[in-house]
Formats: sequence, C-alpha cells, structure tokens
Amino acid sequence: MSEAFDITETLDVKGASCPMPVVKTKSAIDELAEGEVLEVLATDAGSMSDIDGWAQGTNGVELLDQVEDGDVYRHYVEKTA
Amino acid sequence: MSTDTQSSDGDEPLTEAQLQARVEELEDKVATLETDVGDDQKKMTIVATKGSFDMAYPPLILASTAAAFGWEVVVFHTFWGLDILHEDNSKNLQLSAVGNPSMPMPNALAALPGMDRMATKMMQKKIDENGTASIEELIELSLDQGVELQACQMTIELMDYDESEFYDEVTVGVGAATALQHMAESDVQLLI
Repeated sequence: MSEAFDITETLDVKGASCPMPVVKTKSAIDELAEGEVLEVLATDAGSMSDIDGWAQGTNGVELLDQVEDGDVYRHYVEKTA
Repeated sequence: MSTDTQSSDGDEPLTEAQLQARVEELEDKVATLETDVGDDQKKMTIVATKGSFDMAYPPLILASTAAAFGWEVVVFHTFWGLDILHEDNSKNLQLSAVGNPSMPMPNALAALPGMDRMATKMMQKKIDENGTASIEELIELSLDQGVELQACQMTIELMDYDESEFYDEVTVGVGAATALQHMAESDVQLLI
C-alpha cells in the first residue's frame, strides 16, 4: 500500500469496538501538530463510517484515506489546524 | 456648523471620522456575536434515568463520542441512572430477563430466581468477546474527554447514597433546574 503522505503516528485499536476507535483517534490527534498524519488500525467494521462521520463533524481534521486491508481497517487522518 | 465635532445631531451628514468610528464599533459588535454564536460549539445534554446493565451503555457511548467531536456534554443522572455513577453499583448492574423480547426464553421462565444474573452473565460474556468497553472504562473515558457527569442531588438523598460513593469528578449538588438550563442551551437533548 503506497500512501501519498507521511505517517507521523500509528494508533492501534484493533479488537476495540465503538466508541473506542473514534474517541482514541481524537485523543491521538490532540497529541499531533498541524500537518501531521495519524494512521488508525481498527477491526471494528463500524469504524469506516464512524471515523468518516467524526472527521466530517470535527474542526481541524481531515480524513485523507480509508483502506480495507483484510480484517483491518486503516484510516489516515491529518490534523489541519 | 463645524464638520469635525464629535456630536452628530440627526440631520447633519456624518463626517468621515464619525463613519470610521461607527464602522469600527459595528465590526467589534459582529466579532463579539461571532464568538458568542458562530464558533459552532455544539452542546448536548443527556438525562440518564435507567440503571440496568444494557441501559447504562447508550448514554456513556454517546457522551464520550460527542466529546470526541469537541461538543460540550453534560449527562444528568437521576433515579436508577444514578447507579451508573455509583462506584460499587456500576460494577454490578443487572440485565432484566423479564419483559425483554430479545431474551431467548419465555417470561414465565425468565421470572425464575437467578435468571437476571444468568442473563447478565451471558451479556457480559458477549461484551468481553466483542471488545466492548466496561461501564467503568466508559466512565473514565467520558471524564477524560471532559464530559460532565452529574448526579441528581434529590435522588442521592432518596436512595440514601453518600456523595463519597460516586466516582471522583462526578458533579453532585445539582437538580432539575441545572439540568433544564443545560438542556435549553443544548443542540441535542436526549432522555435515556
């Protein structure tokens, strides 16, 4: 998988279900600086819709990509502000 | 008839300086209003009234997720909902087997002694297998995210609870008026 962006941090929430992937993503994004990218690894099938919805409803983040990779859902979130 | 006095009686055309001052005054006002209402700071108030194992989850899941959106969240716990904030009781919440259409057993069986405990055990097992958080974890998570968990003062007294029996950081000494005040200011209000 080749991404067009550099990953700053990776958050592993495999095995955790709602609301953990979103809430942990938010906490991890808080630790990043503007322009940095967080990779989130989840096994919760709801995370595709939830992280998308969260990113759309939250200021200062942008969802760059979501990839279904076997059992793992990979999300790439940039902190934009 | 001087044109550069500070006073402007109605009919006189305004000087450029006066117009400039007026524009600045309005710009300040707009900026203030934008800070007051335009920062799209959403608020949510949940009233949690139920203390059964299954009903403890929705308020905490919604509250912690809303906080992750950056919303300001208050959960007002009253009546049985108070047990969710009660440190000991929250770890021993029970599922009711009777009157629960999702239970794979008739009510006559579900009413037998020990059935609630069994149903709770089954649910707990499913929750563990699914990687769903415990109530205790969700409370800690919600508080970490800045959710305000409030315990209704009247119910605390009604149930003979002591304030020290609740999780640290739970807000006590609040009543219906406080809850209503938050509801009136909220974009989302839920009764669970």
